[in-house]
Amino acid sequence: MSAKLMQGNEAVAEGALAAGVRFFGGYPITPSTEIAEGMAKLLPKVGGTFIQMEDEIASMGVVLGASLAGKKVLTASSGPGISLKQELIGYAAAAEIPVVIVNVQRVGPSTGQPTAPSQGDVMQARWGTHGDHSIIALSPWSVRESFELTIKAINYAEKFRTPVILLMDEIVGHLRENVELPAENEIEIYPRRTPKKSRAEGYEPYTPDEDLVPNVANFGEGYHVHVTGLIHDETGFPSGSPKITAEFIKRMHEKISRAADEIIEVETDFMDDAEIAVVSFGGTARTAYEAVRNSRAKGLKVGFVRLVTIWPFADKIIAELAKKVKGLIVAELNYGQIVGEVQRAANGNCAVKLCAKYDMTIFEPEEIESAIDELISEVGGK
Amino acid sequence: MTERSYEKFFRQNRLPHLWCPGCGNGIAMKAIVQAIEKKSGWTQDNTIIVSGIGCSSRASGYMDFDTLHTAHGRAIPFATGIKLAKPELNVVVITGDGDCTAIGGNHFIHGCRRNIDLTVILFNNNIYGMTGGQASPMTPLGKKATTAPYGSIDRPFDACKLAEAAGATYVARSTAFHVQHLTKIIEDALDNKGFSFIEALVQCPTAYGRRNKIGEPAKMMAWMRDNAVMKNAWDKLPDEKKIGEKFPIGLFYKAETETYDEAYHHVMEIAGGASK
Amino acid sequence: MRKQLRLSGSGGQGVITAAIILAEAAVSEGKQAVQSQSYGPEARGGASKSEVIIDDEKIFHPHVKSPDFVLAMTQKAADKYFTDLNSEGVLILDDDLVPNSPDFKNIIRVPITKLAVEKIGKALFSNIVALGVIVKVTKLVDFETIKKAVAHRVPPHTIEQNMAALQIGYDSVE
Repeated sequence: MSAKLMQGNEAVAEGALAAGVRFFGGYPITPSTEIAEGMAKLLPKVGGTFIQMEDEIASMGVVLGASLAGKKVLTASSGPGISLKQELIGYAAAAEIPVVIVNVQRVGPSTGQPTAPSQGDVMQARWGTHGDHSIIALSPWSVRESFELTIKAINYAEKFRTPVILLMDEIVGHLRENVELPAENEIEIYPRRTPKKSRAEGYEPYTPDEDLVPNVANFGEGYHVHVTGLIHDETGFPSGSPKITAEFIKRMHEKISRAADEIIEVETDFMDDAEIAVVSFGGTARTAYEAVRNSRAKGLKVGFVRLVTIWPFADKIIAELAKKVKGLIVAELNYGQIVGEVQRAANGNCAVKLCAKYDMTIFEPEEIESAIDELISEVGGK
Repeated sequence: MTERSYEKFFRQNRLPHLWCPGCGNGIAMKAIVQAIEKKSGWTQDNTIIVSGIGCSSRASGYMDFDTLHTAHGRAIPFATGIKLAKPELNVVVITGDGDCTAIGGNHFIHGCRRNIDLTVILFNNNIYGMTGGQASPMTPLGKKATTAPYGSIDRPFDACKLAEAAGATYVARSTAFHVQHLTKIIEDALDNKGFSFIEALVQCPTAYGRRNKIGEPAKMMAWMRDNAVMKNAWDKLPDEKKIGEKFPIGLFYKAETETYDEAYHHVMEIAGGASK
Repeated sequence: MRKQLRLSGSGGQGVITAAIILAEAAVSEGKQAVQSQSYGPEARGGASKSEVIIDDEKIFHPHVKSPDFVLAMTQKAADKYFTDLNSEGVLILDDDLVPNSPDFKNIIRVPITKLAVEKIGKALFSNIVALGVIVKVTKLVDFETIKKAVAHRVPPHTIEQNMAALQIGYDSVE
C-alpha cells in the first residue's frame, strides 16, 4: 500500500474498523468530531451501526449496551464531553464491559479553549470516575500510531474487559501526515471472550479466569446473565459482603497490574550514553524528539523517552532510568501532571525537572532545548 | 398449578424481593412476565430486561432473562445500544418516575423521538422510594416528601403526554389495581414495533402513602380504583367532572412509524453494508 | 530539502482545504508532508491558518518556524503572519483583500478572489486559484500532480471549474 495523507482522527476511525469495531455512539465536540464523522460514513458500509446520541452520557450508555450485546464498540469526545462520560466509564469498569473511549484533549477546565491543544486530562484519564478502579490509557504521537493504538486499545478492552482510553491530543488528532497503514494480515485482533461452561455446568458470568478476567456471556446467547454497577459476586448479583467487596476491588486492580509488563510500552532513543533524558508523550513527543536531536547535534548527551502507555504508569522503566541518568525532563502540555508520576517512580535517584506549557500553543523545540541546557547546568555533565 | 406458570420467568434463588410489604412493584413486574408469556416468539433467551436505578429497577434482578441493571436514568441509552446491536432481540425497559423523568428525562424523550423499538414500563410510585421518600417530577402538587416537607410546589410531569409529544408510537397508562388491564396494555405494547411507553401507577405505602396519610396499601389501591377513569369514559366526561384526583387510564396514542433500526437498515443499504 | 508554507485568511476562504490538497500532492510525489491548522470557533469569518511542511525526511515537530512562503487572503492575516517569514521567502497577497502591503522584500500580489469571481463566477474557487499561484511560485510539486490532487478532493461535478481555477492561478504569475 502506498503512502497517503491522513489525519490522526481519521486514522482512529480506520483503526477502529480494522479492529472489528461495529458500533459507535457519539456526540459532536471539537476537536474529536472527525472521528464520529468517519464512523458515520464507514460503519454502515460494513454492516455496523453509528448513532448520534442526545449527550455524552447517552453516548457511553449506548455503546455499553451494544458491547453487552456482543459488538466491539468505540466512542470519542473531548474535554467537557469526557467529563460527562465519567459516570459510565465507572460503570464499564465495575461491570467489566469492553469499551474504548477516545479523548482528543483540548484546553480546559470547563469549555476552556475548544480548538487549542492540551495534555491536561492525564490525571482525569486515571481517576476521572469515582471510586477505586483500574484503567488503561494509551497516547499516540503520529497518525500511523493513532491507527495502531486504536486497534491495541480495542484489543486490551476485550482482553481485560475494561474501559480503555485512547488519550489523543489536538496536535495529533488534527495533524495530517504521510501514513502507510499495515495490511489486514499484519493486524492482530483479540476476539470477544466467551463462556467456557454451559449454564447446566454451573456457568457463572463473573467467575474470573486464570488471568483474573471473567468470561461474561453476550446478551441473547441464552446465559441469562445479570449485569449491574453494584458490587457483585461471581454470579453477577449484588453482594453486601465486605469480603466480596474487597476481593472485587482487588481483582479490578490486579487484572491490569499483573499484566503491566505486557501493557506498558515506552519508546526510547539516544539513550546509550545519555546523561539526562526528556520524557514526553503524545504530540509533545514530536517536538521533544526534535529538541533531543538538536541537542545531540550540539554534543549534549541527551536521551529521548516516550510514554506510549500512560496508564498503568511505567514505574519500573522510569525507576531504572532514574538510576542511569542524572536527570529527567518531563515535557507536557499542562501545568504539571505526569511529572508527579515520574518523580514518584524516580524516587530521588535523579533530578526531575518539569517543562510545562499551557498557553494554547504547542512547544517549540527551542523551549525544550532550553530546559535541557538548564538541567545540564544544574546536574553537571555534558 | 398451571395458573402460576409465569413463575419460570423469575429467578427463584433471588426471591424474596426487597420491596416493602404492600408495594405495588411486584404487581407490575408480574404483569410484565404474564404479558411476555403470552407472546409467541418472546423467550427468556431472546428477551432482555433493562432497568435504571431505584425501587422499580431492582425488578431486573428477579427476572430470569439476560438482565441489565444500569446506572441512574440511563436504562434507555443502554437498551438502545442492545436493540441496535442485535435488532432481533426483544428489549423491555423497567424504570421509575425519578429514573425516567428526572435524571433520565433527556434520554426518555430522545428514545421516543427516535422510535427505538423498546417497551418502556414506568413504575410510577410518585416518590423516590429507595432513598426514603424525596419528591420526584411525578409527585403531585401539594403532596409531601422529605424534600417537600410543606407539600410539593413543583408542577408534575404527565409522562404519557410527554411520551406522545416526543414521538412514542404506543402510549398507555394503567394501575396496580387494574392488573388485568395493565397486563393487556403491556401485551399490546410488546406487539408495537417502535417506542412503547406505559405508565403503571403503583402504590408506595412506606415512603409516599404513610407520609401523605393515604393509609394502608389496600386503601391506596382503592384510591386507584375510585379515581382511575377509562379513556373512553374520560373523553366523554365534561370538564367540570374531571376534578379532584381523577385521572384517565387506557391507551392514549398509537401510531405506525418506521422504527430506528428499520430506518438504519436503509442507511446500510445505501452505504452498501446491509448484507454484511 | 525542507520547505515550509503558511496559508492564512479567514474562515470560509478555504485555506485549510488548499493546504490539505498541497500536502496530498506532495505525498503522492513520494515526499514527506505534515499539515496542521488553527482556527477560531466560527465556521465563517474567523481567523484561519494552515501550515504545511514538505521534506524528504520524516517530519517530527509539526509547526512551521520561519516559513518559506506565506499566502495571506486578508489584511489581518497579512499583517499577522508575514513577520517570521524567512528573509529569502515570498509573501503572496490577494490584491484586493490586502490593500496595504506589509514591509517585506519579496511580495507577489495577485487578484486571487477577483479572478475566481470574474473568470469562474464564484469566490468559492479562490482557494484553488491561490493553489495555482502557490504551485507556480514555489515549484514544490508538478502542475500535473496538483491537478490530480484537486480532482481527487473536490465534488465530481465541480472538477471542470476547479481545473479552470487552478490554471487561472497558475497562469496569473510569471
